[in-house]
Amino acid sequence: MMSNNVGVSEQQFLELVLKAISETADKQLRIMEVCGTHTMAIARSGMKQVLPNTITLLSGPGCPVCVTDVSDIDDACILAGRSDVILASYGDMLRVPGTSGSLTTARISGADIRVIYSSFDALRLAIDNPQREVILYGVGFETTAPTSAVAIEAAIRADIGNFSVLSVHKAVPPILRFLLSDRDLSIDAFLLPGHVCTIAGTCDFDFIAEEYLRPCVVAGFEPVDILEAILMVIKQYQENMPTVEVQYRRAVKARGNTVGRQYITRYFNLADCVWRGIGLVPASGFKIRDEYSKWDARAKFNVSPPRVVAAGCVCGDILKGKKQPPECEYYGVNCTPANPQGPCMVSEEGSCAAFYRYSCLGG
Amino acid sequence: MRCTNMCLAVIGKVMRLEETQAKVKVEGNLVNINIQLTPTVCAGQHVLVHAGFAIAVVAEDEATETQALLDQIAGVLDDVK
Ligand code: SF4
Repeated sequence: MMSNNVGVSEQQFLELVLKAISETADKQLRIMEVCGTHTMAIARSGMKQVLPNTITLLSGPGCPVCVTDVSDIDDACILAGRSDVILASYGDMLRVPGTSGSLTTARISGADIRVIYSSFDALRLAIDNPQREVILYGVGFETTAPTSAVAIEAAIRADIGNFSVLSVHKAVPPILRFLLSDRDLSIDAFLLPGHVCTIAGTCDFDFIAEEYLRPCVVAGFEPVDILEAILMVIKQYQENMPTVEVQYRRAVKARGNTVGRQYITRYFNLADCVWRGIGLVPASGFKIRDEYSKWDARAKFNVSPPRVVAAGCVCGDILKGKKQPPECEYYGVNCTPANPQGPCMVSEEGSCAAFYRYSCLGG
Repeated sequence: MRCTNMCLAVIGKVMRLEETQAKVKVEGNLVNINIQLTPTVCAGQHVLVHAGFAIAVVAEDEATETQALLDQIAGVLDDVK
């Protein structure tokens, strides 16, 4: 067993934190995590089984793939279908179902879709293919939005005119405000996403503690981080002093990454945006600023504005913490990781996929 | 690094700076990482890498954090005694 430099093994550590949680968690507490990586770490570690039954963990809208709306998939498929276009997409997006297919099916029908790892891969494609239009499918929250912004800036500086971004980037604080304004939402506290807060900082989340009186802890990604964060939440709850605390101190500062934030505000403004299964959420999406419309695929190719399309699965209720995956009639029957119906089953980090993989049903 | 999973971030050590890029050692491999979001990073520091970009310089002082956690747990367990 690995030992750290204060001479305590990881195992001892986990046991200590769990013991502290068990001895203090005397009240029912529903905690929502808002990060796909947390969802996966929780499912993989089997943490739910060892936590006292007073603690309920729910997965919120923390996986950028899962919250990408049907209409946004449809738009990407339409653009990718143009003979002059190369669509550059992160791999996770390829299987997300749209109205009548996914980017994978568009690819089978001849669309030129390239899987990228970084926004600069898309820029390189544009330089290498000057006769084609290269569209970066910009998906992700505050963590990824600045990487699209850096690519836009590079395209402007080098005057790369055949590059544009189809932004479906989203902001986390507005969706949490939207969820909290729902009177039916019974969430007592939040585990905030570590990587999003690395860029966004914690100040933008203060309203959760100040206006909605819910404890919040920004958590790291190891099971021990998440357990420590749960312990911190319990303490806040018991002391009735909701605040935004940081467990993931190694990477997260109150003001976040100011350079990253500046990139976001320079190239994007907040606009209404459709979250899959949740609907239109005011000022929650990063839209490319009008002055850079030359690099905005929506403006360049006349893509229709955000619109709500029925998704046919209950991902929305799952993301709001109102339902657990097995409560969906499709779950495990005609919706499995091999044949996903909804986005929560597509991404490894989706609530349904994580639940499926690490439950008896998934084997 | 062939990871296509866009949510994941990994920690790497900056080996060499090259203008807007750096050679970063991630899980034993040297990879080119864009450092425009962490322009003040120096060789030898650790960074959190996400989608080909360094998004934060991470402190290495794990010992302090570990000790802080142990102290906190000790406090909690003392309280319930
Ligand atoms: S099981 Fe499938 S259809 Fe049901 S909510 Fe999850 S992803 Fe949607």
